[in-house]
Amino acid sequence: MTFFSNLFNSMPGALAQGLIWGIMAIGVFITYKVLGVADLTVDGTLALGGAVCIVLIRNGCNAFLAVFIACLCGAAAGLVTGLLHTACGIPAILAGILSQLALYSINLRIMDMKANLPVSVDSYDLVLSLRYVRTLSVQNPIPVALVFLAVIIGALYWFFGTERGSSLRATGSNVNMARSQGINTDVNVVLGLMLSNALVAVCGALLAQYQGFADVNAGRGAIVIGLAAVIIGEVIFSKIFRNFALRLVAVVLGAVIYYVVIQVVLQLGLDTNDLKLLTAIVVALFLTVPHIREKMRHTPRKKEVKNAGNL
Amino acid sequence: MLEIYNACKTFHKGTVNERRALDNVNLTLEKGEFVTVIGGNGAGKSTLLNAVCGAWRLDSGKIVLDGSDITNMPDYKRARFLGRVFQDPMMGTAPDMEIAENLAIALRRGKTRSLAWGMKKEEKQEYRKLLSTLELGLEDRLTTKAGLLSGGQRQALTLLMATLNSPRLLLLDEHTAALDPKTAAKVLDITDKVVEEKRLTTIMITHNMKDALNHGNRLVMMNEGKIIADVRGEEKRRLTVDDLMQMFSQSGTVSDRAVLA
Repeated sequence: MTFFSNLFNSMPGALAQGLIWGIMAIGVFITYKVLGVADLTVDGTLALGGAVCIVLIRNGCNAFLAVFIACLCGAAAGLVTGLLHTACGIPAILAGILSQLALYSINLRIMDMKANLPVSVDSYDLVLSLRYVRTLSVQNPIPVALVFLAVIIGALYWFFGTERGSSLRATGSNVNMARSQGINTDVNVVLGLMLSNALVAVCGALLAQYQGFADVNAGRGAIVIGLAAVIIGEVIFSKIFRNFALRLVAVVLGAVIYYVVIQVVLQLGLDTNDLKLLTAIVVALFLTVPHIREKMRHTPRKKEVKNAGNL
Repeated sequence: MLEIYNACKTFHKGTVNERRALDNVNLTLEKGEFVTVIGGNGAGKSTLLNAVCGAWRLDSGKIVLDGSDITNMPDYKRARFLGRVFQDPMMGTAPDMEIAENLAIALRRGKTRSLAWGMKKEEKQEYRKLLSTLELGLEDRLTTKAGLLSGGQRQALTLLMATLNSPRLLLLDEHTAALDPKTAAKVLDITDKVVEEKRLTTIMITHNMKDALNHGNRLVMMNEGKIIADVRGEEKRRLTVDDLMQMFSQSGTVSDRAVLA
């Protein structure tokens, strides 16, 4: 019985975390699904968002303004990766790894060489905090995260419907087509990376406030969690959610499901230190299944081969 | 309207694979000309087209379009003047986007892509009408993803996209080579119709001698990076496949591949 009550008690936390990570997952969706590049910058950007935001708040900055500035810093990180990729011709994955590595040092500098920087909800006005996750009030982080998500999804739905946004989708779908239609694909790739990393930094900023500290290692493996959310959302909801805005909702739901599942396995007694291994296995499996299925479809079954011989 | 002066391009320079793809090519197109380019594998046909598109820089030479030098203009900037259909049906359309969205992207070629909505309501009517001229039933499938179309349908759509806002120059790179004969004939039909209707200056590369003879009003033959024949007007109309074979063998360095083509 205590198992279920513990699980039940942990659900609001899982939901809040899932929703906040959903913002990050939307960022990953933009690079991985729309642009077709796996951008590893995000591991660094997530920590960057948290670091910038918490340092600003500790220095008396308004929490919302701090999130906004973190967002701009994230965009700058995306700009660097984008330029490394397009202007310097470095493969996207490697460009992301380079930025991510550089960001580790930068994040430490921002946090004044401390690996962890606390921000207490008692001393500062925060946008959201873990403290109120089970209270019924406007301070509850769940509705706050929902408002952020609604604004972000609405804005992205609008943007990807515009001429510029459509050209970005075309860039990701077929570079040849895009260039032959007069689209500067390099600019679009950079723009997409900036947009994605801006969102990831917002997630980092909110997450740091939610947890009450910024951590230089906050982003380790973030890309994998983001991919997990994108893939889970896609596998479960792709049949019913076709519209672009709904596909973004599916990604957020993917993140929520991911955190609910994590809560369940933790309650079942899994060591927290094994979480990253579990996440990696889950993502590997979800990426393998479509591949195998595709392969099966193109290999004739044994029976058919036998019949073919009789012809 | 298109002038190419002394265009030279060598691939893999300084290696054993060095290949002179364009060797001092000079070509001038008048407005409204429909040129078919024929030649064997490696004759330099596609290289010539890629040079016009700006896929890479020429080693030397100059390309002038309507009086302005475009030799060093990046490909996506030239695209505003050029309509292009590739040999590979997969290359001309965005598979993850709807048919109408693909057309909307093409309609805005050469214009700044702003934050205005990507497709206006009245455009859809226009697209429906245009698609119905293809007679492929695509007019009722505006929201179908282009990736779900067959090769022939995609080439027809690409052709529509390439000619949507009347390019100064239409470039067709063996655009029917990957299609079955029946579909190829259909796409060529549509090509003739559109070129005629919009009076487009066109370069069409082909492997097929009959197609080269039956389409266009000028024929250029290439071999080993050089233009070895240039026939137009009445003379072109009287040309036969046998004449073409003759011209191939007279070029001296004829290879089996060229003859078989």
